[in-house]
Amino acid sequence: MSVPGGIGGPTAHGAERFADAFGRKLGGGALGSVPVVLGLLVIWLTFQILNPHFLSPRNLSNLSVDIVGTGMIAVGVIFVLLIGEIDLSVGSVSGLASALFAVLSVNYGMPEPPAIVLAALCGTAVGFVHGFFTAVVGVPAFVVTLAGLLGWYGLMLAIMGAYGTINLDDQGLVAQLTNFYFSNVAAAYALAALGTAAYFLTAWRDVTRRRAAGVPFRSPAEIFLRTGLLAVIAFAAAYVLNQFQGLPLALLIFLVVLVILDYVLRRTAYGRMIFALGGGVEAARRAGVNVAWVRISAFMMSSTMAAIGGLFLASRINSVSQTSVSTDLLMNAIAAAVIGGTSLFGGRGSTWSALLGVLVIQSIASGVALMDIQTAVQFMITGGVLLLAVVVDTLSRRAQWGTRPGLVFRRDHSH
Amino acid sequence: MARPSAPPLLALSGVFKRFGAVEALRDVELEIHAGEVIALVGDNGAGKSTLVKVIAGVEPADLGTLEWRGRPVHIGRPHDAQHLGIATVYQDLSLCDNLDVVGNLFLGREITRIGVLDEVEMERRTRDLLATLSIRIPDVRRPVAALSGGQRQTVAISRALLGEPRLVMLDEPTAALGIEQTAQVLDLVERLRERGLGVLLISHNLGDVKAVADYVAVLRLGRNNGFFDVTTTSQEQIVSSITGASDNAVTRRATREGEL
Ligand SMILES: Nc1ncnc2c1ncn2[C@@H]1O[C@H](COP(=O)(O)OP(=O)(O)OP(=O)(O)O)[C@@H](O)[C@H]1O
Ligand SMILES: [Mg+2]
Repeated sequence: MSVPGGIGGPTAHGAERFADAFGRKLGGGALGSVPVVLGLLVIWLTFQILNPHFLSPRNLSNLSVDIVGTGMIAVGVIFVLLIGEIDLSVGSVSGLASALFAVLSVNYGMPEPPAIVLAALCGTAVGFVHGFFTAVVGVPAFVVTLAGLLGWYGLMLAIMGAYGTINLDDQGLVAQLTNFYFSNVAAAYALAALGTAAYFLTAWRDVTRRRAAGVPFRSPAEIFLRTGLLAVIAFAAAYVLNQFQGLPLALLIFLVVLVILDYVLRRTAYGRMIFALGGGVEAARRAGVNVAWVRISAFMMSSTMAAIGGLFLASRINSVSQTSVSTDLLMNAIAAAVIGGTSLFGGRGSTWSALLGVLVIQSIASGVALMDIQTAVQFMITGGVLLLAVVVDTLSRRAQWGTRPGLVFRRDHSH
Repeated sequence: MARPSAPPLLALSGVFKRFGAVEALRDVELEIHAGEVIALVGDNGAGKSTLVKVIAGVEPADLGTLEWRGRPVHIGRPHDAQHLGIATVYQDLSLCDNLDVVGNLFLGREITRIGVLDEVEMERRTRDLLATLSIRIPDVRRPVAALSGGQRQTVAISRALLGEPRLVMLDEPTAALGIEQTAQVLDLVERLRERGLGVLLISHNLGDVKAVADYVAVLRLGRNNGFFDVTTTSQEQIVSSITGASDNAVTRRATREGEL
């Protein structure tokens, strides 16, 4: 048997190596997404037992569209969490952007595409303001974005003031974001096949290059296993979606955004700087990273994604009103990121935690709604899950990085 | 040993640095030539690390002139120093705990191919570099937070040697190291000198200083307090220069025990 990772690596069999790596991860606490995936399965099975409609294609398909608005916001929040900061303003910013879009397109008759761009850019500008006060002036992000939460909500009320509720054009672009489905069954399957193939080819090319360069690489068995797992999930999802109305456009856009931003975070120098800031601001600064700029950019990312998420939320109900901003939107977005496995302490996480976390939260919401019990229960369950996620985050951090207090509580805002 | 007449690699003069009420550096001057190891010594709080940070651009000087190979330069941020070819190992190690060894080594100067990180190449070079420095790290893909103090220090040192530095500053590089690793670092310092690099070595261990340095620069309370040729200076002279007087606790003890 060929020995992958020959240089100094243990000469064990593939499976043993895999088990070994898993054990080390467990011991090291870097379990990644395993707990949340297990948690999601438990939630799904529980609700399915309580109500046989829960895992119906219709409900799952709706779930896949419902997650997109909050999920987009959560993806942006992840950038800010990764650099070890927080953004409390995302709910208000998403409301502001959708209000701006509605007023521009419906009341001022602006065509939808430029109105969408302006709404998104409005988010970008807001993020720049937050980033400026945090990174340049040095005010803690907690306070800056708390001010933002109030201020941007006020601005949204001012914009909406005269109108109350604005109904969007049902045939418009924004309405289509969550109403359009690729009803041809080929679409969902093609996406599943494409995703699986792309994953396999990327992993395989990596192995080839690593082998050529003489550095350790994953065993082919592991790659086949991972690809197989991904294929099962992707094709099962495609099958279920095709049982209802097909592949939702909103889900497609969400997945594309996740893949692109994941790539940015893991494979570009910019992404590396984001992680570096979360792991040690001073170290990053001494390495020549432009700390202020990276911080500002993370806040711009967060607010831009909040604005885009706001458009998806408006699309789902086809209208924008003064009550579009609810406090649970902010909580859900941050909770989703953390439940999905992005650390509140900075420096650890991935865009995929937005997908997993928001799936957990929306599953609970949807299950509770199906069973016709009060939302009070939903809040309590979600709160419990969030607490559990933070406990896992804290414990895994402690297991991995030791209990050095200076590290555990290293969320200072000094410069 | 006569100092070369070519312009020094780095020459500082009239350097002042103040932190609020504390005047950490007062009118400090220093010259480092290529192919020389200068030891910078002084008591705790003498300003050694501050001087290193001034040169590295982390805490730029309030006042003073810096000349790099005979030409005046301004070092206002870490990038400026890196561009000149100044590499630094800081006393507080300055690694990102969440990044792996490869990520830390290449932080701020990642190798990219059409804008995408070339992880394979970076990992290959990391392994090569660690091998040439005979540094053993079990897994270069583990977060450095999971490494021991000494391993972290060796990572910090290799980080400084990546690229082609002309001047290497090591701020107490052996403080966390065992006997074997300390000897390795001292060997490394000698190899750097042989390759014609300038080295500024901070250490509290005068034995190590005598072993590898050519000259010793003493800082005391933020001021220059002597510059000695190691071969012609006794340890006693250096100690009294560090402590500021020939009659003090350290020399009294030493004379009593007949050590020096
Ligand atoms: N960032 C800072 N803010 C305020 N004061 C500082 C700062 N950095 C250093 N100082 C002060 O400057 C003086 C010199 O500190 P420095 O760290 O340069 O000493 P050192 O010679 O490296 O000492 P040691 O041997 O303990 O490492 C000290 O009085 C210290 O308190
Ligand atoms: Mg020091």
